[in-house]
Amino acid sequence: MIDNERLSELKSTAKKVRINIIKMLAEAGSGHPGGSLSIVEILTALYFQVMKVDPSNPNWPDRDRFVLSKGHAAPALYAVLAEKGFFSKEELMTLRKKGSILQGHPDMKKTPGVEISTGSLGQGLSVAVGMALGYKLDNKQNYVYVLLGDGEIEEGQIWEAAMAAVHYNLDNLIAVLDYNGLQIDGPISQVMSPEPIKVKWQAFGWNVIEIDGHDFEEIITAINEAQKVKGRPTILIAKTVKGKGVSFMENEVDWHGKAPSAQEAEQALRELNKGEE
Amino acid sequence: MKRTESTRDAYGAALVELGKENRNVVVLDADLSKSTRTAKFKEIFPERFFNAGIAEQNLMGMAAGLATTGKIPFVSTFAVFAAGRAFEQIRNTICYPELSVKIAATHAGITVGEDGASHQSIEDISLMRSLPNMKVVVPCDAVETMKAVKAAAEIDGPVYIRLGRPKVKVIHEEDYEFQLGKGEVLREGKDITIIATGIMVSRALEAAEILAQKGRDAEVINISTIKPIDWQLIVASATKTGAVVTAEEHTVIGGLGSAVSETLVQANPVPVRKIGIKDRFGQSGSPEELLEEYELTLEAVIKEVMRLIKNSH
Repeated sequence: MIDNERLSELKSTAKKVRINIIKMLAEAGSGHPGGSLSIVEILTALYFQVMKVDPSNPNWPDRDRFVLSKGHAAPALYAVLAEKGFFSKEELMTLRKKGSILQGHPDMKKTPGVEISTGSLGQGLSVAVGMALGYKLDNKQNYVYVLLGDGEIEEGQIWEAAMAAVHYNLDNLIAVLDYNGLQIDGPISQVMSPEPIKVKWQAFGWNVIEIDGHDFEEIITAINEAQKVKGRPTILIAKTVKGKGVSFMENEVDWHGKAPSAQEAEQALRELNKGEE
Repeated sequence: MKRTESTRDAYGAALVELGKENRNVVVLDADLSKSTRTAKFKEIFPERFFNAGIAEQNLMGMAAGLATTGKIPFVSTFAVFAAGRAFEQIRNTICYPELSVKIAATHAGITVGEDGASHQSIEDISLMRSLPNMKVVVPCDAVETMKAVKAAAEIDGPVYIRLGRPKVKVIHEEDYEFQLGKGEVLREGKDITIIATGIMVSRALEAAEILAQKGRDAEVINISTIKPIDWQLIVASATKTGAVVTAEEHTVIGGLGSAVSETLVQANPVPVRKIGIKDRFGQSGSPEELLEEYELTLEAVIKEVMRLIKNSH
């Protein structure tokens, strides 16, 4: 369990991350706010409470790893990495610009702390499986975390990887599903329903834990539980709100992939600054 | 007659040697380990062998993940399923991040034979050489395969190695020194240059002997590294002979013939004729019947050379 002081620190970090996501996207003029805002608590919990990483040595051999399989949420990852100190926060305002270390989708060759290039959906879980296999071969005790989108699991490759993770008993692999219910063309249930999601993962042999993806205590408790499970991987199905924290973006499918105008960004920042810490 | 051995058999043997030499070498397959000859490695190093099952997309992704942990993954399946089925995984998750994944694809070309067009990869060279950061190697015999596989393990970054199903003549001596990116003049000549890759190399050599009897002096070059291509060697030879015939067991669109043409058109345009599969699919049949049908024979090489010499001299 985490104490109140720690909890308020995490909330404060999440708030800063959200503010930076809005600023970055407004400056970039394009990008994906909805699915970036929905994963802020998950990423903050991972990087500021759970994972063993060293921002001054991103390639530290004994680090835990994070794979952003839903690569379009790069702004959230970049804001968290900058907050953690992997690179200067000034870089954030170069997002999507020519010559930037922050590409439209994660590029491991350009950005310190990015473990694998992603963006084409459905591929990150396979890479995470490979990383977890590599860690097992080297008898490392580290974990590999991977974040999936709920629309992303419509990709067949996800289920190939889901099978492999169980086949190889990868208890050092913990997935989190950003279950916000929306994809570009509409609600996931209408575009191509991946439901029932929980029983699908269970049927593939995964340990499944359902949580509120905006509740730090639930996220951290679930990860602690997942780490105790031996012989199979765990997925946290994290119920989230797409666009979380900005009233006019919340649960609005149109905010999947468009940047806020200067005015909209101003309003969003006003709301976020007023919001809970 | 010299001995014959399939390039896939040589690959299987090379993997075992690599496995002994370097504990970071791991091997992945997609339910074809007996056919691709990775089974031998599996037998000796079971803890370093990963079967992805019939799931080539995940196969490539797992290999990429293993590469990020310092392993040197060799990934095998049939060329159609590697370069075709998993093309986008190779593009975005292996080549874009420039990970050290070695894709050794077997059963390339129409010499797959009886399985027919669905299993005969005729476009993989074209697909793979279009990818930034990718190197493409087509060994012509068992000796070259052994050396190329070892060379691939030595360098950083992705490599595609194209291997075949049938036994082919071994034209290299055991002390042959393979250099990735370097072509090899197998026979010097002054009238025409025959540039071949894979199984067509031995046919080109035989064609040159017969051409010599007809008073035509052909230079024969083995281009086993299609990318990066040895443009200096190609340009020098073309400049000397003034005409080039290319030969490959692959579509004439985008393969060796295209790579050679692209090179020459920028440096010293000379007439080029491409021997290859002429924009159509394969079919069932014995390898020999299909090579005949698709004009990938010794006779076809001689015919093209004679036609070109007649037209350009």
